Amino acid sequence: MIGIEHFIVVGAILFVLGVLGIFLNRKNIIVILMSIELILLAVNINLVAFSAFLGDLTGQIFAMFVLTVAAGEAAIGLAILVIYFRSRGTIAVQDANQMKG
Amino acid sequence: MDFGNYLALIAPELLISISGLVLLLITAWVGDSAARPVSILAALVLGVACFMVGPALLEGAAGPDTSAFAGQFRADGFAAFAKMLIYVSGIACLMIAPPFFERLGAMRAEYPVLILFAVLGTGIMVSSGNLITLYIGLELSSLAAYVLASFLPGSGRSAEAGLKYFILGALASGILLYGMSLVYGFTGTTDFTLIRAAMALELSTGALFGLIFVLAGLAFKIAAVPFHMWTPDVYEGAPTPVTTFFASAPKVAAVALTVRVSLDAFGLQADAWRQIVIFAALASIVLGALGAIGQDNLKRLLAYSSINNVGFILIGLAAGTPQGASAVLVYLAIYVVMTIGSFVAILMLRDAEGSYVENIRDIAGLSRAKPVIALILAGMMLSLAGLPPMFGFWGKFVVFQAAVQADLILLAALGIAASVIGAFYYLKVVKVMFFDEPAGVVQGRSETGHWVLLIAMAIIVSPLGYLLTIPLGLLADRAAVSLFLLP
Repeated sequence: MIGIEHFIVVGAILFVLGVLGIFLNRKNIIVILMSIELILLAVNINLVAFSAFLGDLTGQIFAMFVLTVAAGEAAIGLAILVIYFRSRGTIAVQDANQMKG
Repeated sequence: MDFGNYLALIAPELLISISGLVLLLITAWVGDSAARPVSILAALVLGVACFMVGPALLEGAAGPDTSAFAGQFRADGFAAFAKMLIYVSGIACLMIAPPFFERLGAMRAEYPVLILFAVLGTGIMVSSGNLITLYIGLELSSLAAYVLASFLPGSGRSAEAGLKYFILGALASGILLYGMSLVYGFTGTTDFTLIRAAMALELSTGALFGLIFVLAGLAFKIAAVPFHMWTPDVYEGAPTPVTTFFASAPKVAAVALTVRVSLDAFGLQADAWRQIVIFAALASIVLGALGAIGQDNLKRLLAYSSINNVGFILIGLAAGTPQGASAVLVYLAIYVVMTIGSFVAILMLRDAEGSYVENIRDIAGLSRAKPVIALILAGMMLSLAGLPPMFGFWGKFVVFQAAVQADLILLAALGIAASVIGAFYYLKVVKVMFFDEPAGVVQGRSETGHWVLLIAMAIIVSPLGYLLTIPLGLLADRAAVSLFLLP
């Protein structure tokens, strides 16, 4: 029987994968965008699972908001990436070092 | 309460969102030649919005009458205080931007529209009474801010700043959201008041994790250590008027939001978050001061200064009392004035070719070429350091007073000791400007608008500002009390 704890574990695994994807990734900024989506999807799994478990619709409504904002966020992220590529000609992570830090 | 009353409570937000959309249509129709008129209109809109939140601020509105849409939105005195600061800094950033971008040939009519939407988002953040409203407001302001950071076309640094801000900001939103999903799952609600009630008896492990994730996400947004690493890069790379905006409006909103979430939603579990806040406060003060020492870029220096100042603000939050919340508001008000003043002063420094001076070496001996700007910038630095004759001292004083009265004497003592480290690099800037050999880089005249803004900020920061302590303290007290009178 699949219970709420299984969903939480899947959500936690996806979240950790997403965070690791941002910090361990040394190659490509597109991969970072994918990791961010992964984090948001982990959140959505959590929200929907809790919503079903609690018998409360708020979580599912919240998930809808998250989905919508995630779409806008991806659009803006890709737009900034295009600007960055135009001025630099590369989207490799290690090249984003014009400023130290 | 019927729907009409709700609409009256969100009137400033309605005004800003509708005029933002109309101005966006105008810019799409007319193009960049409308940049100046659209900027003026946007500033006017924010001015009107100031008057709309005025009554709630003056009477310190509190209680059920301030809660709209079933607790989703709160138009109380606390929100009004923060919104007033946000709108004023929005107006300042609209005033200083056109000359800067026109000089670089990059003035786009979208700039004022983006500022309006960012201000709208920050206003929703400080008024949120529910995790969903909080998230929508935060994202609205962040998404506009990502675009603003990369606003300078053809500038690699601006694009890199936008990219870094986007990636770390999106990560922060993800962490915050994950925390919110856990809080929702373990308390069964997203409403602040109901979360407070659900956490009244005991804090389950899941809810504790949620609380920590939420605070970590918020710490990213206010640039508190250990989540501060994006700040120097973004402040340095973003165009200076945009940096001014980042250091004022979103900072005020994120701090006010953190205060509301900690004292309202998690207010009955103060012991669970106080340790975290104290750690973040001390780490921010020390790291902000130490990190600033080796910097040679003025904007980077001010970025570390903002990290340092957030630490002092968090001391007020750690007190967890109405007095602490009031101290946070007073500090925020003074901090906004000091920040805008410093950035405007930097914006007024240009070299012979008309490009903007950002390097500390280049302002050596500034007191001979530009005595007034040098004097005011020195005043801002001393005020940021919290030296007594300047108004910045008052902010630190009320924060430490609140901490001492909440029995956090050790924290207050450590904070005072650490603020001495910070004084070192502020004084270094003063020394470079007044006692070093002139570099002779800074030339040219400055715009009248900048002068007006700079002198207004300088008067408030000067010892004359102490005339404001009583009204400011009164307003902040009322606003802080409204936070504790839950609807």
